[in-house]
Amino acid sequence: MFRNRRLWIPLCALFWLCVWQLASMRIGEEILLVSPLAAAARLWEMLREPSFWSTAGFSMARIMGGFLLSLAAGSALAALAYRFGAVYVLLAPLISAVKSVPVASYTILCLIFLSTRSLSLIITFLMTLPVVYEALLEGLRQTDAKLLEMASVFRIAPLHRLRYIYIPQTLPYLVSVIGVGVGIAWKSGVAAEVIGLPQGAIGSRLYEAKITLDMRNLFAWTIAVMLLCYFLEKLIRFLIRRAARALERGRAL
Amino acid sequence: MSDIVLQSIGKSFGGKRVLDKLSHTFAAGGVHGLTGPSGSGKTTLLNILLGLTAPDTGAVSGVNTAAVSAVFQEDRLCERASVGANIRIAAPRAREKNALRSLIEEMGLDEKTPVHELSGGMKRRAALLRAIAAPSELIVMDEPFTGLDEAVKQTAAAAIRRSLGGRTLIVVTHSESDLTLLGGSVSLTLPLLG
Repeated sequence: MFRNRRLWIPLCALFWLCVWQLASMRIGEEILLVSPLAAAARLWEMLREPSFWSTAGFSMARIMGGFLLSLAAGSALAALAYRFGAVYVLLAPLISAVKSVPVASYTILCLIFLSTRSLSLIITFLMTLPVVYEALLEGLRQTDAKLLEMASVFRIAPLHRLRYIYIPQTLPYLVSVIGVGVGIAWKSGVAAEVIGLPQGAIGSRLYEAKITLDMRNLFAWTIAVMLLCYFLEKLIRFLIRRAARALERGRAL
Repeated sequence: MSDIVLQSIGKSFGGKRVLDKLSHTFAAGGVHGLTGPSGSGKTTLLNILLGLTAPDTGAVSGVNTAAVSAVFQEDRLCERASVGANIRIAAPRAREKNALRSLIEEMGLDEKTPVHELSGGMKRRAALLRAIAAPSELIVMDEPFTGLDEAVKQTAAAAIRRSLGGRTLIVVTHSESDLTLLGGSVSLTLPLLG
């Protein structure tokens, strides 16, 4: 019955929205729980305000910048750790430490050294780096040993090994880590902004909504973050898949 | 090119002897059949010749491991890459690209087709093409005609014979008729060790 997920998942989302609407109607106090319709109406209003786009753009540029930096650095570090055991051992305690430090600790520490404007970029980078690194390292370790033997027999050039063996083999891990990583990036980036309060960031808007008890704004910004997170994840996955497929198909003779 | 000489080769896996004091000479430029029952160490010997496995005892001479190519038991192709790309990365300096293209056509393949879109038999032909296109002095083939029907086998064998150009070919096969198609005969039969 539930095999057609394209039909059932949106229906289930609608079901939960109805639960939210009913709960809000039952409580009857917008200050406690805004209804989804009121939040959507506020979001619709905000979409027509130029300040919405500048605020969303400010946070998106830094949060996605931090995530893309962690993709680049995580890939390079995973490749080095895969190739050189010493690099893996050297990085192991560092990655464990980076992974277990709370966002709040990083944020407060960064506020001592950095301006609040670049805070979400650094925090996002730090929070997603271990996830990217570990996923890609696992992908590299799972590379088909028989293909690597073949590459060694035919003396295939390192760049060709990367393009035709390592990239296709690690692609599923990369695509999967984008799903997890974009979510972590937005959660940690916005949390850092709520603590650091950079001028014109989504986190600062959420904080303002909290101190003024403007729950409509709080929910509207939260929905905006969820939508940005969803569409950016889809976009990055799509672009990476397309790029990898084009790269690995290669030219003919 | 010189003869390939196996001198008292021994190899065990986890205490089980697979090869024991094996000595043999494969004449340079010949087509040699390697037979024996399952578990007699045929694939192990091929891996030793390819430099993928080191013998526990003895030595191999006459093999330049920087100039070998192979058809493995499995096709071991880059699935997402095209047939042409699979061949090109193994033979990046192949000068006679037109000859290679006609060989690909003769084998019933299209150089632009991604390998994952090919049937099992077509993948096997792509693996055969890669082995003969790669620059090498020694080619080893492990059951090269697996999954090919009789007509395709004939075409593939003819293409291999034409492309050998004096290189040594060592073929693991259970079929003497396959060896005859390649213009060779059984050179070494490995015993099953207890």
